[in-house]
Amino acid sequence: MPEPKVALVLRGGSVVGPEGLTRADVAVGGGVVLDVAASIDPPKGATVLDAAGCLVGPGLVDLHTHLRQPGREEAETIETGTRAAALGGYTAVVAMPNTEPPIDSAGVVREILDLAVGCAAEVAVSGAITLGRAGTAMAPMGELAALGVTLFTDDGAGVQDGALMRRALDYAKGLGVTLAQHCEDCCLADGGAMHEGEWSSRLGIPGMPAAAEEAMVARDIALVRLTGAPVHFLHLSTAGSVDLVRRAKAEGLAVTAEAAPHHMLLTHALVAGYDPVFKVNPPLRTDADVAAVVAGLCDGTIDAVATDHAPHAPEAKDVPFDQAPPGMLGLQTALPVAWEVLSPRLGPERVFALMSAQPAVIAKLTATDPRVGGHSAQGGPVEAGAAANLCVFDPAATTVVEPGRLASRSHNTPYAGRTFQGAVRHTLLRGEPTVIDAVAQR
Amino acid sequence: MSGPQHLISVADLGREGIAEVLRVAESFAEVERRSVPKVPTLRGKVVATLFFEESTRTRLSFETAAKRLSADVLSLAVASSSVKKGESLRDTVETVEAMGIDAVIIRHSSSGAPHQVARWVERARVVNAGDGWHEHPTQALLDCFTVRQVLAERKGAAPEELGIGCFEGLRVLIVGDVRHSRVARSEVLAYSALGAQVTLASPGSLLPPSLEGWPVDVAADFDEALGDADVVSLLRLQAERGSGSFVPSLREYTAGWGLTARRVARLRDDAIVTHPGPMVRGVEIASDVADLPRTVVTQQVANGVAVRMAILFLLLGGELPGVAEVPDVA
Repeated sequence: MPEPKVALVLRGGSVVGPEGLTRADVAVGGGVVLDVAASIDPPKGATVLDAAGCLVGPGLVDLHTHLRQPGREEAETIETGTRAAALGGYTAVVAMPNTEPPIDSAGVVREILDLAVGCAAEVAVSGAITLGRAGTAMAPMGELAALGVTLFTDDGAGVQDGALMRRALDYAKGLGVTLAQHCEDCCLADGGAMHEGEWSSRLGIPGMPAAAEEAMVARDIALVRLTGAPVHFLHLSTAGSVDLVRRAKAEGLAVTAEAAPHHMLLTHALVAGYDPVFKVNPPLRTDADVAAVVAGLCDGTIDAVATDHAPHAPEAKDVPFDQAPPGMLGLQTALPVAWEVLSPRLGPERVFALMSAQPAVIAKLTATDPRVGGHSAQGGPVEAGAAANLCVFDPAATTVVEPGRLASRSHNTPYAGRTFQGAVRHTLLRGEPTVIDAVAQR
Repeated sequence: MSGPQHLISVADLGREGIAEVLRVAESFAEVERRSVPKVPTLRGKVVATLFFEESTRTRLSFETAAKRLSADVLSLAVASSSVKKGESLRDTVETVEAMGIDAVIIRHSSSGAPHQVARWVERARVVNAGDGWHEHPTQALLDCFTVRQVLAERKGAAPEELGIGCFEGLRVLIVGDVRHSRVARSEVLAYSALGAQVTLASPGSLLPPSLEGWPVDVAADFDEALGDADVVSLLRLQAERGSGSFVPSLREYTAGWGLTARRVARLRDDAIVTHPGPMVRGVEIASDVADLPRTVVTQQVANGVAVRMAILFLLLGGELPGVAEVPDVA
């Protein structure tokens, strides 16, 4: 096999490695990284992308993306969602199964994989744990696992029936897949539309207590202990949840967890103006919860930053707060938000680990995993021979959030008008630029 | 221009704003005593009532107030409107405003709906006539107005002479379903802004989940708290909002928290009992107690018109009745 030719060189950046930054150019060709060296002379005809002052890291991997297709194409499509992902520095996203119809059959998995071909980011599909996400009977997990589905969740709701969850965990063990839980005891949440506390009491909005999340985190930790099957906790948002997971990990239980950027930065006080753009599930919580989530990300309790990118068409959000669906956009703002919150506390290699390598391991999208299937290896490292999935981030630039200019079909970002330090400059998917100078190429 | 553009929350007014409303409402109360209780103040203005939730007294009261100010009144009957065809609140409001409406009076079962409406309108004023569990500002204002009126009567003074000083240190006990009550939230803001000491008495399950930032005490013992109160504000147990399941039974609620004939005996002689209506006799208030002179429910209703005239006047401008003396007999 002939050596692939250098097609593209990223010049002037610093490569984000496991131990920190190394000033290096990166040469890419044939979909893989060909060379990482202090100075690379681009051969004639090769594209050169300036990366001066930028971090060159592995393409980001999102464990939690609502692409809305099939069923809610007015809010997002696989095409627009992956374009937003690429602009956010992502090269792979895990599509959540709460589509219409939900991802509980091989047919829907195949449809999504077909639609994702040629899009700006790779799409891994997660399947529902229960048929129709109705919480009453197991979905055909074996059939979906055979198509490469490695994560199962009823996200949008938790599996309320503890016995059913236990059976699903026992069943999943034989398949080598991971169940992921949206932790919310729906009886305790009781139809709440925001975090229950000071602000819900003042605003007269029905609240959901932190205990509604924590009760299910605690139950599922007990089920991991009982079954030995792994559980991934989606979007942890309370100090109590972080503490429960920290203790479960100390005990050696097979648990992993993610947190969303908005739970690292925003609090329930933002609901004061009754703007449904701040309605999300789990809800925005207190300052103490935000601090606990950040602490959990810093001490390794939480393994991944995951966006919970949840587009909603304008008309769906332009209604009274309690009637609006929960959810906010996240893909295009995740890295700037994480950078603002985490980079004062963690080195760039740790920020990228939380957003690329670790989520890639949880979703089994790394090179070493036999299930990689149609996907290229995600999560780095940035070294010769690795798949050229790269995110070039400029810490000196700024990201100004203008809802109307986001690539998503919806505009429900909670950061409208805000400016964050740092911006995604280029994204490479299998060596091809999906974003050049913050402009989408697909 | 002074004062708020909209009345969404009692907090929009503040202490001075409330004093102003009470002062202006007194002059409109005077109008109501005239043989033709109507002034041309808002002639040419159009006021629309948009009630997305049932109401008897509040809607009638606002419409009466607007008519006495000579405004034209439109009333959207939600049951027979495009809302039933799936029109959104935003489109409904924008449609109404496009017809040249000057003020929108809105009641909605969702907390915050008037807040959002105020963001959507371009020039119309928005008045909150009750939103979910959040606020019912004109009810709290008319409660304050009524309490001052009763205190003034007892002193043989005009209410205006008392100013708002009469509220300083006044002990107000708010009883019942505070959790689901928009009246309670507005009353807490209004009474405490005026210097009163507010105490809540409620079963734990009907208190808001958090009282952080509320300028209130919670009564340890309801019966004892009754003996200290200058004003007892009873709230309705909101069965239609599911409050029934927050207590074991109505019977047990009444036994523990109803203003029964036995409990009334604990009240000081001069204590005033208010209720925003509609009363559920036999649940939060015994029928005999509802009919006692100290229970000022009918006065509250009567004062509602003057207070709402004051609100519309302050938001929409025009001349005070003292200036435009000639009644509009057209």
